[in-house]
Amino acid sequence: MTIRNEPGARNILDGRWSRRTALCGGAATGLGLLMNNRVQVFGQSKAAAAPPSSKAKSVIQIWLWGGACHIDTFDPKPDAGQDYTGPLKSPIATNVSGVKISELLPELAKHADKYSLIRSMTHGNNGHETASYLVQTARQPGDGSVYPSVGAVVSLFRGYGAGYEGLIPPYIVLTKPQGRFSEAGFLGFKFKPFATGGDPAQSRFVVEGVVAEGISEERQKNRRDLLESLNALEQAMPNDPELGAMEQCNKQAYDLILGDAGKVFDLNQEKDNLREKYGRNTFGQSCLLARRLVEKGVPYTTINYSGWDTHKGHFQTMQRKLPELDKGLATLLEDLSQRGLLESTIIWCCGEFGRTPRVQWEAPWNGGRGHYGNVFSVLVAGGGFRGGQVVGSSTQRGEEVQDRPVHPVDLVGTFYELLGIDSQSKLPHPQGQSVTVLTSPGAEEKTGGKLKEIT
Amino acid sequence: MSSIPFLVMWVAAMTSAAGENPAAKLYDGVTDLTPACRIDELVFADLKRLDIQPANVCSDAVFVRRVYLDVLGTLPTAQEAREFLSEKAANKRSVLIDRLLERKEYADYWAMKWSDLLRVKAEFPINLWPNAAQAYYRWIQTSLKENTPYDRFARQLLTSNGSNFRVGQVNFYRATQNKTPEGIAQSVALTFMGTRGAGWPKERWAGMAAFFSQISFRSTGEWKEEIVSFDPSPAKAAGPENAQAAPAFPDGTAAKVIQGEDPRIVFADWLTSERNPWFSRCIANRVWFWLLGRGIVHEPDDFRDDNPPANPELLDYLAKELSGAKYDLKHLMRLILNSKTYQLSAISRSDKPEAAAHFARYPLRRLEAEVLIDALNQITGTTEQYSSSVPEPFTYVPEGMRSISLPDGSITSPFLEMFGRPPRDTGLASERSNRPTADQRLHLLNSSHIQRKIENSPKLLAIFQPAAGSGPSFGKLPKNKAPRGAKARAELTAQESQRPLEAVKELYLTVLSRFPTDEELKKVAEYSKAAPSKREAVVDLAWALVNSAEFQYRH
Repeated sequence: MTIRNEPGARNILDGRWSRRTALCGGAATGLGLLMNNRVQVFGQSKAAAAPPSSKAKSVIQIWLWGGACHIDTFDPKPDAGQDYTGPLKSPIATNVSGVKISELLPELAKHADKYSLIRSMTHGNNGHETASYLVQTARQPGDGSVYPSVGAVVSLFRGYGAGYEGLIPPYIVLTKPQGRFSEAGFLGFKFKPFATGGDPAQSRFVVEGVVAEGISEERQKNRRDLLESLNALEQAMPNDPELGAMEQCNKQAYDLILGDAGKVFDLNQEKDNLREKYGRNTFGQSCLLARRLVEKGVPYTTINYSGWDTHKGHFQTMQRKLPELDKGLATLLEDLSQRGLLESTIIWCCGEFGRTPRVQWEAPWNGGRGHYGNVFSVLVAGGGFRGGQVVGSSTQRGEEVQDRPVHPVDLVGTFYELLGIDSQSKLPHPQGQSVTVLTSPGAEEKTGGKLKEIT
Repeated sequence: MSSIPFLVMWVAAMTSAAGENPAAKLYDGVTDLTPACRIDELVFADLKRLDIQPANVCSDAVFVRRVYLDVLGTLPTAQEAREFLSEKAANKRSVLIDRLLERKEYADYWAMKWSDLLRVKAEFPINLWPNAAQAYYRWIQTSLKENTPYDRFARQLLTSNGSNFRVGQVNFYRATQNKTPEGIAQSVALTFMGTRGAGWPKERWAGMAAFFSQISFRSTGEWKEEIVSFDPSPAKAAGPENAQAAPAFPDGTAAKVIQGEDPRIVFADWLTSERNPWFSRCIANRVWFWLLGRGIVHEPDDFRDDNPPANPELLDYLAKELSGAKYDLKHLMRLILNSKTYQLSAISRSDKPEAAAHFARYPLRRLEAEVLIDALNQITGTTEQYSSSVPEPFTYVPEGMRSISLPDGSITSPFLEMFGRPPRDTGLASERSNRPTADQRLHLLNSSHIQRKIENSPKLLAIFQPAAGSGPSFGKLPKNKAPRGAKARAELTAQESQRPLEAVKELYLTVLSRFPTDEELKKVAEYSKAAPSKREAVVDLAWALVNSAEFQYRH
């Protein structure tokens, strides 16, 4: 059955056309009706699942690809000694009394009332891909299915066909896909994020496909006419549903190319001093862009911030990267807060794991930190999360969870709760298996419970 | 011979092939649907029974493009297309089929398809690790290059022992997410029997799993190396997973495994025996699915009682042909490719909903991600750069390597991801998606990636601005080459006026593997006249052709 190929039977940019396609495809292939049924059945399960209102409307995920060290960021251990702290031994106070963070995060220290820190995140896996999967899907690998990440799930339940109607795709990654990790899992490639490509810190941010350099609007229109006149195959097969589907995709693409929606990517519309404040680097400008996307109602944006896999030269890298993270994230929190958007926008910031608490001074690492999934930290803010709180703690040297373990399912489950997504909703599965967003209660899953203390 | 029947046939051909729709004449060829082989007899009889009118046979231009794409995953060059179109021999299609089956790209393209099924991927969730993925791929590619009989291919995958770095095929057992005997049994059933085992009773799984309960995976001193081998120790055989289930074949017959014998071999004997109902039908159906876009049992990995073949006689015939030919896959492909059924046009002459499932036309399918980017590179003379994200061991991907030849599913690109390359997580055929999406269209219509390929294309430059006087050009002759005598001048002017025309023809052959129609030439001339520069006109024309449905789709 063809329908099984197409979970959700939807298009990444817009679900609206797919019903039309399904209808017109039905005449010729007999599958349209089935597809339509699928959409309806699926729609019902969603309607039943969605509560009348939810606090969070959008999510910004700041993904520290490679794994940032908890001790050097949000869970400093100044008393553990030089072998653990390296040169970063003087954490600073924040605007929340009793909460200290790394001395390289002074801007974030001024906004600690806006976010909460989880210092007892754990999954125990030290491999990049598996840990990325664990943190972003809250599923254990190995049962034969590859589950979708939070972004793909939000795109499914809050994207096209579920209330979102923007021309900008509902799930965006700035700027490159994570790779080594299939974000959409079995939901299929239509739920993969739209990767902008380009660099928002450049004077002209070229978003692949949306913003073309050096092609005037007139030429765009002329060559579209040319393309439409050289359509021998379409003329020969005027009612072919497959070609009809492609034509619909063309129309949508042109809405974005020729319309105003793409202007969301034009950071030149922002004031210079604000752009400075975010930091004139790829990460800082990505944070600014994420805010603009949230303003347009885009449900899920991932900032794929790489460079945290610091086996060697760890502290030099921290000196460079933490100020970037500090400025970008602090300004994002402040900016969203001033615009009244923080309460409806979840921000979460972490990598796939932490890093080995004890510095590897020996060769070949010469002051590096390895992968560490036993315990690490997550920053969460907005969208119904309270600020100024610390959840859980790690042991004296940041080696194990001391109290209140938080497992991926607790973190991700709380996101879904705030977004009004029932984590027991069914996911469309290509082989028709009956699977839910998160494991069912009572399943053999390590959990410390949802983050009730900060929601 | 009287000329009257000929005339009648000719008129019939003109009215049905071209009369209904003038555009169809580019794509439709002869209307004579006399069966050319047993496949046609079976398919056409089935269609007649259902009162479905098959499409006409496709034109030569459609055929040359189609057969290159289907056999090699590669677009014919302008030269290859031109040669085929001008060839007069009546048997030119079958000659071309034979030639393509021997080309180097054959092994690359089919290794790509097999690597999807066999899950050749270094990273999550398969986690073969780069050197093992490379070894696995090399084995697959070599088997296809040597046209290893399919039963031996399957047997080697199932029964080999050795290092994952050196004996590539042992990675079959590593390339599954669930390495319990049951998990392995499921992979085996999916891969070689085309069944997901939906509805199989527990005991059947347990009986099958017992064949795979004595496989050991041992690490060595080398990082990530693993020895996969038969483990004769009985403790493992009586592992807790199976609760002592005795090995039993999925058809219900009991298996005799002598103490100390590798049960995988016993299973492989059963699997590849001619009496096995699953084995040859599954592979015959897969090959059919790969060439005709739809399985006789569809999907090709969903054999079950309540999903019967659309044309059971056809499936039986193909399966028998294959086992009769000692599992020579090329023999089966040759049979299919030479049939009129395969060579039907994509232009449907029936609107019955069952037409597609009974192969009344060649179905349109968007080019696969890898084939599409390779075709774009071939047309423009550009390349893609791939790299592996695993730092150690570093995998070197040579510049200009074609995407269909990428050995490892973990080596990828945003383009390949966007166009539905399968993640190779499960080995299900449905992992690959060729459906169009709006973001794909955005990318092809308007990305710098594609625009740069066209603008900086050495191929297009060579077509439109060859060395002065040596070929077609949109530009003017350089002054110092101005011809002297009046006669020479007139000749050159005549040539000169033909040059843009020749260049456009060359471009059509390059992109669409056919000559443009007069009407198309007229449209192109109008566009280029109105364009601010010739260069822009050329770029836009190439852009339009690669964005056309005719290019994007197999048809």
